[in-house]
Amino acid sequence: MKAPSFAYAKPRTLAEAFELIERPGAKILAGGQSLIPTLNMRLSAPELLVDITGLAGLSNIEAKNGAVRIGALCTHAMVERSPEVREHLPLLAEAMPHIAHPAIRNRGTLGGSLALADPAAELPACAVALDAVLIIASRKGERRVRAVEFFKGLFETDLKQGEILVGAEFPKAEKSAFVELTRRHGDYAIVGLAAVTKQRERRISLFGFADRPVLIRPGSLEEAKGSLPKPAADLYHSSATKLHLAKVLLERAWNRL
Amino acid sequence: MGKAELPLHAPGTQVDKGYIGESTPRPNAQRLLQGRGAFTDDLRFPRLAHVAFFRSPYAHARIRKLSLEKARAQPGVVGVFDGRAVAEYCKPWVAVLAHLKGIKSPAQHAIAIERACWQGEACAAVVAESRTQAEDAVQHIEAEWEELPVVVDMEESLSGKRVIHPDLGDNICFKREHDTGGVEEIFAKADVVVEDTFHFGRHTGVCVEGRAILADYNAAEHSLTVYHATQAPHMMQDIFSRHLNIPEGNVRVIAKDVGGSFGIKVHVYADEMATAALSIMLRRPVKFVADRLESFLSDIHAREHRARVRLACTKAGEILAFDLDDLTAIGPYSVYPRTSGIEGNQVVNLTGGPYKHQKYRARMHVVFTNKNVTCQYRAVGHPIAVALTEGIVDLAAQKIGIDPADFRRKNLISDDAYPYTFPSGIKFEKLSHHKALDLLLRITNYAGLRAEQSRLRQQKIYRGIGLAAMIEVTNPSPAFYGVGGARISAQDGATLRLEPTGMVTVMCSVTEQGQGTEGIFAQIAASAVGVSIDKVRVITGDTGVTPYGGGTWASRGAGIGGEAVLLAGRALRANMLDVAAKMLSLDKAELDVRDNHVINRLTGEAKLPLAELGRVAYFRPDTLPIDFQSELTVTRHYTPRQYGFTFTNGIQASLVEVDPDTGFVKLLKHWCVEDSGTVINPMLVDEQIRGGVVQGIGAALYEECLYGPDGQLLNGNMADYLVPMAGEMPDIVCAHIETPTLQSQLGAKGVGEAGTAGAPAAVMNAINDALAPLGARVTRMPFTPERILQALKKV
Repeated sequence: MKAPSFAYAKPRTLAEAFELIERPGAKILAGGQSLIPTLNMRLSAPELLVDITGLAGLSNIEAKNGAVRIGALCTHAMVERSPEVREHLPLLAEAMPHIAHPAIRNRGTLGGSLALADPAAELPACAVALDAVLIIASRKGERRVRAVEFFKGLFETDLKQGEILVGAEFPKAEKSAFVELTRRHGDYAIVGLAAVTKQRERRISLFGFADRPVLIRPGSLEEAKGSLPKPAADLYHSSATKLHLAKVLLERAWNRL
Repeated sequence: MGKAELPLHAPGTQVDKGYIGESTPRPNAQRLLQGRGAFTDDLRFPRLAHVAFFRSPYAHARIRKLSLEKARAQPGVVGVFDGRAVAEYCKPWVAVLAHLKGIKSPAQHAIAIERACWQGEACAAVVAESRTQAEDAVQHIEAEWEELPVVVDMEESLSGKRVIHPDLGDNICFKREHDTGGVEEIFAKADVVVEDTFHFGRHTGVCVEGRAILADYNAAEHSLTVYHATQAPHMMQDIFSRHLNIPEGNVRVIAKDVGGSFGIKVHVYADEMATAALSIMLRRPVKFVADRLESFLSDIHAREHRARVRLACTKAGEILAFDLDDLTAIGPYSVYPRTSGIEGNQVVNLTGGPYKHQKYRARMHVVFTNKNVTCQYRAVGHPIAVALTEGIVDLAAQKIGIDPADFRRKNLISDDAYPYTFPSGIKFEKLSHHKALDLLLRITNYAGLRAEQSRLRQQKIYRGIGLAAMIEVTNPSPAFYGVGGARISAQDGATLRLEPTGMVTVMCSVTEQGQGTEGIFAQIAASAVGVSIDKVRVITGDTGVTPYGGGTWASRGAGIGGEAVLLAGRALRANMLDVAAKMLSLDKAELDVRDNHVINRLTGEAKLPLAELGRVAYFRPDTLPIDFQSELTVTRHYTPRQYGFTFTNGIQASLVEVDPDTGFVKLLKHWCVEDSGTVINPMLVDEQIRGGVVQGIGAALYEECLYGPDGQLLNGNMADYLVPMAGEMPDIVCAHIETPTLQSQLGAKGVGEAGTAGAPAAVMNAINDALAPLGARVTRMPFTPERILQALKKV
């Protein structure tokens, strides 16, 4: 389990980073909690790793204008401990302890998790439920994409060549619920849901369910249960089991919304 | 952690108690915690080369062609070899034992020749200056494969439609039938007959340290030194010698620190044999350390049984007979040299073990499949036998309408019935089932738990209480392997040397795997010699240094190695007193050794510090009588002889809560009462039990090596293969009965496997107890949420 050889660069400015990530075979490295294992297992072999953890200004958490902006390089641990997040985004605060284990949360980043777009991960689902806006930078400037449009498929996002996810704005939400089922704490969920109520509308985002977070906006619990698509099976759970478990989670979360 | 409350020694045994029974911290813990462990992968050698293996991507395929040239041209590559090249230096092996009648297995090579029989079997080796370079070069090996039909299902294997090794005629590695007679008649007329089929998932032992070997061939001496993460250095010395054609005296095996083994590191692995052969071929040190992905593909797996069991009893709840049909699959080869027939054999020996019935019939088949090999892993066969026994016993109790604890009390062999011969033929010296049950019911507050359970059921909270009585093989005599022709020592030895300063050096053939063996040997040695424990140093794991012995397996370290240390310690004390008697011109009978001094036996008065005794014996023997020679190095050996195995007994209880909506099981608490004879170090014993229970819980709830229909391992990594983690583990309460074995002075029986033996059954019975009011029942381990939901007919 030794990674194939690769070049490594650690830019100090975004401008340097943009130049580097356009090189052939370049890949962005942030906390490395997903990328490094895939290298060691030789599942990917990038020629150049562009370590963006030296970039300034991407590790802030700031509440303003009814939203909390979180820099892409904030570690899960920083988000978990943030008073702003606890006050304005109880959904995120509730979700953070479910992300893997403390050692991983100390290094893994918010931007890394969103950009990887693992369909079983907590943060993409939270972003979709909260209707977060993802902030993407490139040489051409910044663009903003709603979470629901950012996640395109299995490990697939709206990020294009030459772009870096620099942060996300999460609109405040007071009523929320986060539940997931894992056989061991810290594992990827068999199925989970992140849900908020905004202007009396329930936004429920299911994860571990399809190739990306599944957003439903049901009027009733029965409608919610009836509107679920057929989930993908995993190693241990059939589609029918996951659908059943998703319905159980809907029942458990419903009255908190 | 208090001292054991019960009398430490049975009448008739003589032990100077000393540190025995104390929770003395083990000396090596601090070294390991400070990062000063010396594991095989930590060792640095000049000219060290690294090997990586090209492993079969197919479960069964003919190797039409291997193109190694491109790999040979890669940077840093020292050599690339196929199976034929390595076979020139390493003889193949056939893993059979004479006492397992009819067992058969094909010859296995260090590197596969012509055909790969499981996904992950090594088919070529790349040696390079670094492991990274070796792995890089492996990717340049090109192979042409001809895929062959794959046999993954054990029922299909048994049917023999496709035979994996045509020369063997069928897929049956080993079969055994056992019958006391009269079983059919009893079942025909019994009041109550219960029957069920249980399935046990294939799983593996996940060691913190992967398998590791560093072989260093010295052409000048034609000698081979092997640094090896192994449980059995002398066994490996013999194997390297015979298969690599080097005189035994020229082979030295050194097992420095070992990071857990659980039976994983007591077998001969083809890739490790290849590594040793490569060192000879290249005349330089070569290292192989299995990475985690290789571990899942090539460390032995275990279990994978399907067993149908029947029990006959009277209306009043007296068990009359057991009837067993077990099927187990072991991969394409029986594993050398212990064979893969032992686990099934144990299931036949042990099923029904705690109970009084006299009639027993068993049939067992061990079959080949195209999956990774299986062999002995912690508690070999016990978790299967205990789950079959206790699962069917609970079903019988339920059918008759008797509380499971009462049902067991009626049927457990009486505490005064020993010595006792069980219908499978095994013999028990002395067990304490009833005392253990009484103690368990007391520490669990069993009646209170039952009351709480029925109260909570009314609130639709489904708790279950599961019991599992067990017997366990420990301290094996040569009956385990030696009688079958395996060159595996059933005896162990200890050498004790008094140093001039009054220190005592202990060299013992039992090895340290992280379980604390060296700590208990220090306790025994200090107690037997009469020195304080800080004066004792223990050396294990080096065939060039220690006496000859078996090593660590089958819960034998304390009972066999510990006894050798005790005997040597007693003898050394006597020899020390000979010196003291001369120095003091006193009668030896008046003297003894205590607290690093020779004392007057009656008054306790200190007569002579041991440092002074050492000084005179080593540096001024001229002051001793001319006809006297001191002997301050003593070696003693021990083999259990009176019984084939020194059985222990115990009983476990599990308390769980099942969520009928999700199928999730929450472990609330676990208890284990164990009678392992003399408890040398209560803290280490309890932690052995707790660790074992956790591995048993892994079997019950989490761990399974999943294979696709094409024989591909689907979850061979730490994300998808679920080992039990601390967060989900319950508190595990341990308690002890102490019935020392009278075969030894020390009285210790083994304890390392007890937790693993009984925990799966206890958890299974607890889950089924919780599910009973919902009309559901599970018998397929591990009990995943999906399997429980299916039993509840929710999905």
